[in-house]
Amino acid sequence: MSDILKYFRQDRLPHIWCPGCGHGTVTGALVRAIARLKLDKNKVCVVSGIGCSSRAPGYLDFDTLHTAHGRALAFATGIKLARPDLKVIVMTGDGDCTAIGGNHFIHAARRNIDITTIVMNNNIYGMTSGQYSPMTPKGFLGTTAPYGNPERTFDLCKLAEAAGATYVARGTSFHAQMLIDLIEQALTHRGFSVVEALTQCPTYFGRKNKVGGAVELLEWIKERTVNAKAAAVLPPEKVAGKLLIGELHKNPQPEFCDEYDKIIAQVQRKFEGFRGGVRGCEQNSD
Amino acid sequence: MPSAKLMQGNEACTIGALVAGLEFYAGYPITPSTEIAELCSEELPKVGGKFVQMEDEIGSIAAIIGASLTGKKSMTATSGPGFSLMQESLGYASETEVPVVIINVQRMGPSTGMPTSPAQGDVMQARWGTHGDHPVIALAPGNVKECFDLTVRAFNLAEEYRVPVIVLTDEVIGHMREKVLLPDWEDVKVVDRARPTAPGGYRPYEADLDGGVPLMAPFGQGYRWHVTGLFHDETGFPSGKADVADRLLRRLDRKITKNEKVIRDYVTESVEDCEILVVSFGSSAMSALSAVRRARREGVKAGMLRLKTIWPFPDEVLKDLSRNAKAVLVPEMNLGQLAYEVERTVGCRAPVVRIGKVNGDLFRPDEIHDKIMEAAK
Amino acid sequence: MRTEFRLSGSGGQGLLLAGIVLAEAAILEGKNAVQTQSYGPEARGGASKAEVVISGEDIDYPKAMDPDFLLALTAEAYRTYGKLMKKGLIIVDESVPPSEDIIARTARVPILKTAAKDIGKSVVANIVALGVLAGVSGIVEPGTLEAAVKNRVPKGTEELNVAALKKGFELATAFKAKA
Repeated sequence: MSDILKYFRQDRLPHIWCPGCGHGTVTGALVRAIARLKLDKNKVCVVSGIGCSSRAPGYLDFDTLHTAHGRALAFATGIKLARPDLKVIVMTGDGDCTAIGGNHFIHAARRNIDITTIVMNNNIYGMTSGQYSPMTPKGFLGTTAPYGNPERTFDLCKLAEAAGATYVARGTSFHAQMLIDLIEQALTHRGFSVVEALTQCPTYFGRKNKVGGAVELLEWIKERTVNAKAAAVLPPEKVAGKLLIGELHKNPQPEFCDEYDKIIAQVQRKFEGFRGGVRGCEQNSD
Repeated sequence: MPSAKLMQGNEACTIGALVAGLEFYAGYPITPSTEIAELCSEELPKVGGKFVQMEDEIGSIAAIIGASLTGKKSMTATSGPGFSLMQESLGYASETEVPVVIINVQRMGPSTGMPTSPAQGDVMQARWGTHGDHPVIALAPGNVKECFDLTVRAFNLAEEYRVPVIVLTDEVIGHMREKVLLPDWEDVKVVDRARPTAPGGYRPYEADLDGGVPLMAPFGQGYRWHVTGLFHDETGFPSGKADVADRLLRRLDRKITKNEKVIRDYVTESVEDCEILVVSFGSSAMSALSAVRRARREGVKAGMLRLKTIWPFPDEVLKDLSRNAKAVLVPEMNLGQLAYEVERTVGCRAPVVRIGKVNGDLFRPDEIHDKIMEAAK
Repeated sequence: MRTEFRLSGSGGQGLLLAGIVLAEAAILEGKNAVQTQSYGPEARGGASKAEVVISGEDIDYPKAMDPDFLLALTAEAYRTYGKLMKKGLIIVDESVPPSEDIIARTARVPILKTAAKDIGKSVVANIVALGVLAGVSGIVEPGTLEAAVKNRVPKGTEELNVAALKKGFELATAFKAKA
């Protein structure tokens, strides 16, 4: 326990999350993964946007940045590219990441910039009190989906993979040990890594949809997921309609900051002793 | 020895930024600012700096704020539509006191407008574009040399006061080429943000409540501090307390109002005895100056005040210069934005004449000259 | 003494580059020069205009008010800007038909043909035109303009462009002899 406590700003606790919220479990999993890897506190930077999930960095004893809604990955891109030696982690929610921040998400994945993104997916906008998100299952209720959500959801992990993320995994707050492992893998992967963490919001999602409290929601999460490895050998009827959990995609590729450093190495050599001064000639002719 | 060169405004902005210590650029292509991005992409890696073309202007300003938090001087460049998209994080930079420079090469709006035509319609957006009261500084170069000078100054002011600084140029000045003699780089004054010396006891937002500027630690150096767009106390952590919010916002505002005299920058011509005062900025001021000089030759007591700092607006200077004016003329390529400030400042001392031009063309000097002669009657 | 030049034609003809070279040459001779432009959204085609103001004194207004010289490489540019010419001289490609409502003196010069036939590259018509403009106006020394051309044209094309410039000067000399 003591090896993880040192990564918390203990004077900032208690946190603002509701009783039974899964975000503490996910944050705990991240810190446990960091502790296992013995990361230097001074070389980790955690960035978030807006929402319940985005309050997590405030409780963590690193350089932490709480930004605007959806923008965490864009701020993180600036930090990482400016200081590639830092371990940059983004903590985001399903609305923050896939709705307002969707464009930044797919482009960070496309660049394969070395950022670990942990998406706390509780299928709802919690902080604004229960509106439906792009991850609210069809037919479920939200305060803005009073007759049942007519929209479809993203498959966040497939979206990440298609956009170019080079490590993609899905865990849950029910499978806490597995979540630590997955985040640990993501943190050691050089490139854009995504861990979708299914988590429970008893206050809004559970209550509104009459699924129940935290325990029932954890049961619900357990029932709608199946381990990706097990799924490979299970009969199709046991897998149908369920979300796979575990490591879903791993495909190491050249990382963006490394590629940019190669450009620097190339042109700095070419312009040795360069002290600025812009080209004087080739301009567009019109 | 530096020699005179034919140089473009956008090019001079880029060189100014590099001389001021630019290390990080993030941007999204938009006419008529794109040369700045192109030159930064070419020059920055040569000096070990970084360039990234983001997915949009929202991401661009976010990325430069992130980079600035690591201690690197950072900039983006854009035009009206992109500047609109940047307003969200412009407010973030104000609230969190992260120095950044934004060059806005203005074009005709609203909306897509006339992408290749000049305008000066972002005067008010530069001041009030983002929500809430917030400190900003906006500088307006009046020629190519000033694109260099004021970009350097934008970085210096951003670093000194920890505010976003906007350089408001326009399509004419951005694309215009003229003879420019740049100073020797070693002679250019460059300011760097004040940093704490050791992490122990660091309180990131501790500062004199009367417009003090807190010390800024770079990320990744052991300070482990928290930055949030929520109202926060001296520790940097969020606070919903009324007195904390009040204290912070008043301090942010005082950073600028208290230092207005230092931040102000303007040039005058023939104002000593002037009866017709022309107040202008940017490319409109070039036409205005030509008109003022012609009116003088014709015996009219015309004078000119050209603002190089638009925000904060130099109330005192204008009050002083308009004391004996029979009329104050404000030519600008919009329907009267700077004029609001001029009207407010001049009050009932003299009539303020708005001379707006919104057809995508620069003023011809005779258009302003006619108005001077009319006012002098 | 303020001298104003307007170079007009269509996008992609390199008029902006010609304007830049002219302004640079003036600066190399210690004069003041300002070059401005206006253009449409098209990278190629569409109307394009570059202006250069050269003066021994301070230049306050950067654009041409009443040009001393207009170069028009297309019929459209000739009609549009030729009409505005009160004084000064228009230099137009010989292929452009005359227009009745243009009162300013017009020099018809085989710019496009010279570039295509004599140099063998239509793309250098802008530099041929620049030679004509400089030769007729006498605003800068040929040697200075040649240096400015070498500074500004893409690397590897210097020889070609200098040849084009010289042809332009020859056309100017021929025009002046005729006039």
